[in-house]
Amino acid sequence: MKLITAIIQPDRLDHVREALIQADITRITVSRVTGHGRQEDIEIYRGQKIAPNLIPKIRLDIAVNEEFVDVTLDTILDAARHGVGEVGDGKIFITPLEECIRIRTREKGGKAI
Amino acid sequence: MMKKFSYPLLLLAAAMTFSGTAWGAEEVVTDSGTTSWMLTSTALVLLMVPGLAMFYGGLVRTKNVIGTMMHSFAAMVIIGVLWPTLGYALSFGPGILGGFVGWDSKYFLLQGIDDTIMSTQIPEYVFAMFQGKFAIITPALIAGAFAERVNFKGYAIFIALWSLIVYSPICHWVWAADGFLFNLGAMGAIDFAGGTVVHISSGVTALVAALYLGKRRGYPRNVMHPNNLVMTLMGAGLLWVGWFGFNAGSAIASNLATARALTVTQMAAAAGAFTWMIIEMFQHGKATSLGVASGILAGLVAITPAAGVVQPSGALALGALAAVFCYLAIVLKNKLGYDDSLDAFGIHGVGGIVGALALTFFIRPSWMADAAAKVGGSWTVWQQFGVQATAVGVTIAYAAVVSLVLLFIVEKTIGLRISEDEEMSGLDHSMHGEQGYGLINLN
Repeated sequence: MKLITAIIQPDRLDHVREALIQADITRITVSRVTGHGRQEDIEIYRGQKIAPNLIPKIRLDIAVNEEFVDVTLDTILDAARHGVGEVGDGKIFITPLEECIRIRTREKGGKAI
Repeated sequence: MMKKFSYPLLLLAAAMTFSGTAWGAEEVVTDSGTTSWMLTSTALVLLMVPGLAMFYGGLVRTKNVIGTMMHSFAAMVIIGVLWPTLGYALSFGPGILGGFVGWDSKYFLLQGIDDTIMSTQIPEYVFAMFQGKFAIITPALIAGAFAERVNFKGYAIFIALWSLIVYSPICHWVWAADGFLFNLGAMGAIDFAGGTVVHISSGVTALVAALYLGKRRGYPRNVMHPNNLVMTLMGAGLLWVGWFGFNAGSAIASNLATARALTVTQMAAAAGAFTWMIIEMFQHGKATSLGVASGILAGLVAITPAAGVVQPSGALALGALAAVFCYLAIVLKNKLGYDDSLDAFGIHGVGGIVGALALTFFIRPSWMADAAAKVGGSWTVWQQFGVQATAVGVTIAYAAVVSLVLLFIVEKTIGLRISEDEEMSGLDHSMHGEQGYGLINLN
């Protein structure tokens, strides 16, 4: 089991979410986060250009069994990118997942995912 | 009711030079009480526009909140410029082209009214600005039908054209002293504060626009939750408050007629919300806040044409009737599957039609007696119903046909429907380069 954590641009969320659903990856957790990256995000605010210190991002947490790791990664990589790719499109982290428990049934391991 | 009587001072001054003091007694002066109330009403009607922005803004998804609120604010900005420039002359100038529209070059940029006090004893500037707020909110109402999928530039052009080519002519027919609907039948088609001019015209256009532009991506398969019902409720509250200016101001007076309009407005709004709440309790076992907000609006829309002629019992009936019909219209919409996203037609179109037609059966007896006296005989409810139906039919037909042409032109030139990619990213990002919220509220 792996935990896939993706940090993406907010405006690509629906693209990624939809692509994941198409690929049968339907169990995801989404949160709003902010962070520093290489991207310098210029926003127009009351006519002035300002560069915020912390840039809003979307974080997706997806726990998957081994056989779904590749399809999940490919899906996110394709859907999260702007055109041919821009600085700030985000990152994906993969970490080993020690255990997974479904609260309702107390099932453990791969079948609880 | 909104008829514009004006006695230009220029004419008066000319007359005075000939006949001396005999004319002096008839000079129209400003009445400070009426003017104060009309100034207040003007501000109250403008308050409805940010109210509408909040109402609509709360109902869309998070990624479209700014874009949706901007639709209302854009109307405030664009029509705010257009109305004093052209709109007022087109609506309230003397009829040209066989009464199709008004025009008087002295109203261009309001030049000719600098000194005018109207016979209603208010400066014409106040009347022009009061009317301008109606012209602002009407196109903003349409935006609810094509929320979450419209190009900002196309929208801006569309409402500008719509205001000049659809709103101004209808406004002229219904409210100008020489408008043909104003003079239809015994005492004209009854449209006290904008049942046909504002709500039916915008509601019908909304339906046409929703059908022409098509559904939002994923509708109705994906549930699209409101991002902030708290804001929607605050918006509904502001609309209710502002509506006192909208209706009670439309008497262009500060007297008995004003008090009547204010009373029936309050009662119809409450009756609409109450009825909607009861329906939901029976249908779903729960009264929703959005249901109450919708009921408030349905009641307010229905009483708008009727506020000058119905008595309190009629106000309760109209509010309740509007809630029932609007509720059914939304149920029907869901069955038919077209995407009038925020029910601009379901509430404003249907509520306006119900109000403009059903008011006939609740007109106070003294009005009917006056009408009968004016035609020198009898004037029946059904004759008045015919007049109302004509006004409603003309408004529906004109708004639907011309709006469709305008939508087609804008879509083919500037573009109205945004691309799939932009729609997925959301209006806030793709149209404005902004976002509505910080770290809160994701959907």
